[in-house]
Amino acid sequence: MNLPLWAMVTAMLTTATPLVFGALGELVTERAGVLNLGIEGTMYAGAFVGVLVAGSSGSVWIGLLAALVTGVLAGLFVGVFTVTLGVNQHVAGIGTTLLLIASCNFASRLLYGGGSVPQVPKFSQLLPDVPVASQYLLTYLAFLIVAPAMFVLLRSTGFGLRVRAVGDNPEAADAAGISVARTRYAALGLGGMLMAAGGAFITLAMLGTFTLNITNGRGWVCIALVIFARWRVIPAVLGGLLFAAVDALQLQLVITPQFAGIPQQLMSALPYLVVIGALVVAGRSLRYPGAYLKPYRRT
Amino acid sequence: MRLRLVLRGREPRWLVVLLIAIAVVIVFAVTAGPIRLAGANPRAAYQRYLITPLTSFTSFTEVLLASTPLLFTGLAVAIAFRAGYWNIGGEGQFLAGATGAVATGFAFPGLPAALAIPAGLLGGVVAGMLWGVVPAWLRATWGIDEVVTTLLLNPVALLGVQALVTGPWRNSQTGFAVSDSLAPGYALPTVIPDSSVHLGFPLAVLLAALIWIVMSRTVTGLRVRAVGLSPDAAAFSGIGVRKVHFGAALISAGIAGLGGAVQVLGVTHQLTPQVSDSYGYTGIVVATLGGLSALGVLLVGLLLGNITVGAQNASLALQLPPQMGQIISSSLLLAVVGMLVFRRYRIVRAPRDTAHQGGAE
Repeated sequence: MNLPLWAMVTAMLTTATPLVFGALGELVTERAGVLNLGIEGTMYAGAFVGVLVAGSSGSVWIGLLAALVTGVLAGLFVGVFTVTLGVNQHVAGIGTTLLLIASCNFASRLLYGGGSVPQVPKFSQLLPDVPVASQYLLTYLAFLIVAPAMFVLLRSTGFGLRVRAVGDNPEAADAAGISVARTRYAALGLGGMLMAAGGAFITLAMLGTFTLNITNGRGWVCIALVIFARWRVIPAVLGGLLFAAVDALQLQLVITPQFAGIPQQLMSALPYLVVIGALVVAGRSLRYPGAYLKPYRRT
Repeated sequence: MRLRLVLRGREPRWLVVLLIAIAVVIVFAVTAGPIRLAGANPRAAYQRYLITPLTSFTSFTEVLLASTPLLFTGLAVAIAFRAGYWNIGGEGQFLAGATGAVATGFAFPGLPAALAIPAGLLGGVVAGMLWGVVPAWLRATWGIDEVVTTLLLNPVALLGVQALVTGPWRNSQTGFAVSDSLAPGYALPTVIPDSSVHLGFPLAVLLAALIWIVMSRTVTGLRVRAVGLSPDAAAFSGIGVRKVHFGAALISAGIAGLGGAVQVLGVTHQLTPQVSDSYGYTGIVVATLGGLSALGVLLVGLLLGNITVGAQNASLALQLPPQMGQIISSSLLLAVVGMLVFRRYRIVRAPRDTAHQGGAE
């Protein structure tokens, strides 16, 4: 069996991009002590608003910018419930995801009717003829700028220290003069922006249009990657690559004669199952951020 | 001026009613804009969503029909959440249950109705449990986060259904991606004349009553609630927390699977990828708004069934996209959960200087 290795690596890096954005976004909010299950909806909204604005403005960059702003707002929205009001984070996150997806579908139906969304301006690949390197600018950004920046941000900056402090021990952070609420809002806003970038990548780079169910559970995969990575940046990026590698592999196997008997959908399910398997291997006896799922109130 | 939340000394009883009323007003206020954008009058739209479904016998029976799957998924979520097991895989377990019912029907096509219906429902329960047992077991043995595993199995279940109906179960007459219809013996009988309300609805009500009794009147229920409230305290008093989590997870998955089977035997009579209209996820809304109690699930399930029928109605009459129904139910969830914080906390002006406030503020 001959697999086109370089083509698969190229596809892997592209497929991994939205996961890297999403997982890094989730990672920073969870480090601050907030599980943001709104990620699936935030990615969905980033994907939709990106297309909407890119189509109406004629500029893919303005589309991306609008998606990023949407992501920040979605993160702050989750903050109202999880930080200010301190409600159950599972419920706040799922509620946000349901609300955002329903709102996007409502707007899509209103603007485009039941039909398909027209093609909008999209990013083109840099270095189109070079194997592996023929990627979108956002892919380069994700791996070469955003991931290293997040690593440094969390490890070596004052903001990163504050994020980790309010996620691990908000009482101590508060006593040390750090505003727990402000730091968590900042983490949620930044995280939401990254999640929306991941969603916008799917529409503005990979597809150039929007379809219903566009994120297809990628947000949930990101949540799994963050736990798999034990809240560290580099393993989260590697986890995204693992999922994408299995996805690239299954796409090849589907068109390989030896595997013709296996239904294509079962192959598509493979990456999800591999992520669950990876969690089983790496997700035992975890040390969660100390204030994970816990709202903070001064007593 | 800074504001903060502090615990109330006591919780006045009228407060809950007031807070929910405020939440409803908030939902009306935030959804009025999109409804106007869609070119409809908000007041006419709310009339369609809330009142119209109750004004005729036919549409009222449609409400009962629409609420039936939500009652099952809502009860499933309520049991798991009560035990502190975050089963967010109701969607996948519902699909598995639908598949299990159809598989039973295909395996034993000749059964008389008296046997076929229990067999089909049992097939659904077993399939739902099978879909839920892996996350439950991983949680109980290795402490693997069930939120992630149950969530990830939802898209896998949908892919599995699609693989079946485009593969071995593809419709033998039309070639469409839906399974063949089940033998007539597998159809749930209707319980209200001149309507499509089937046996599933009274079954859901009966199940809700049973769960209510178990949760509030038995030792088992007490254990489950104790584990949900404080696993550490429960473990300290000798309750097997893992066992309770595992049991609640299995029962929850079984009920979600039963919901899928009921939907197949009562409504679709075949397996289709659209057999669940996000019922598993909406079940989380139903259970949470229902305060995780069986009675609450019953009431909220009927309310959301009402809004679903109203949304279909408004879609035809006012050209309002039916997704407005989901916008209303999810914003209602957030508004109610957010407002209920004020049942226990009140807003006060924060003092300018507190003892442990540092200089960096």
